[in-house]
Amino acid sequence: MSQSPKDPGDVRGAIEAGRRHHDMGGRDAGPVDRSQHAHDPWENKTDAILRLLADPARGPVMRIDELRRGIEEMGPGIYDELSYYERWIASIATILMEKGVLTADEIGRKIEDVRARHADAPPRREGFGGGTR
Amino acid sequence: MSPHDGPHDHGAHDHPHPNQPDLEDAPLAYYPAMADAVAELLIEKGVFTADDLRSTIDYMASRTPALGARLAARAWADPAFRARLLADSKAAAAELDIDTGPAPVLVMENTDAVHNVVVCTLCSCYPVFLLGKSPDWYKSRNYRSRVIRSPRAVLAEFGTVIDPAREVRVHDSTADMRYMILPRQPEGTEGWPEDKLAALITRDALIGVCEVTAG
Repeated sequence: MSQSPKDPGDVRGAIEAGRRHHDMGGRDAGPVDRSQHAHDPWENKTDAILRLLADPARGPVMRIDELRRGIEEMGPGIYDELSYYERWIASIATILMEKGVLTADEIGRKIEDVRARHADAPPRREGFGGGTR
Repeated sequence: MSPHDGPHDHGAHDHPHPNQPDLEDAPLAYYPAMADAVAELLIEKGVFTADDLRSTIDYMASRTPALGARLAARAWADPAFRARLLADSKAAAAELDIDTGPAPVLVMENTDAVHNVVVCTLCSCYPVFLLGKSPDWYKSRNYRSRVIRSPRAVLAEFGTVIDPAREVRVHDSTADMRYMILPRQPEGTEGWPEDKLAALITRDALIGVCEVTAG
């Protein structure tokens, strides 16, 4: 992604040319939107999965900086398209596949199972996955 | 295992889940399904148990800004504790049976000369064990981009105007180092009981985008 700036004295240009989309400190942007969404159960579950995997008592299975790398490597399109915890669960799945803990095939089949069960017996109230973000 | 028990069953724990729309007819979206799929597979493989998952969800729900506020109130009331909190937050918090979590947390003290504020420009690192889940704005592109370059302007959007004579320091968090701010104690609250002090201290003051007022 990095390309040489035209002017060797253009330090800012060099920094901009070398940095990736997640590295946004100092960039121009608009006012801060302070509205807040309530967390869905599946977001809390994703958070808990990460805490368990990052627990040193389990190895850890994966570290927080690995979660971050998985998110940074998504590329700007996906990064901006996904919500915060969507990025998390996608990165968790990617890192677990890299480490050989899970396979893409297993995850794909299980997602189908989960969705089929949901379609057969949608939850009446609370607790299960959650369908929106 | 049915998806309706195990990791999804909150059991006797019966707190409300706001923002949960009627799901009866909606297909389960892809990423929520992925979260369930990954959880079930990890349980089947014995990486953790359904109980581990349930108890972790509950434990993380118990992490709220009230914990950070208790630490700050104690620091105001007890100068020796304040010194210990600034030197080693994990050990100091343990005195109050508060868990700062696996990542180190540095507590930065606001003074009449310096105002501190926290960001994570690269992602969203945050002292989650002391403050709970971070607010959406903390994770937003606009906050992450601008606060490090124009902190006074961003703070003003939160209604916080910093005296030009005070220095503003912005602390950029990482996966391995988190920050919490010890706000200035408002004048006139000296000698107040700690719980009354703690009630004044907001999440946003502990992030550094606001100051504490006596109400």
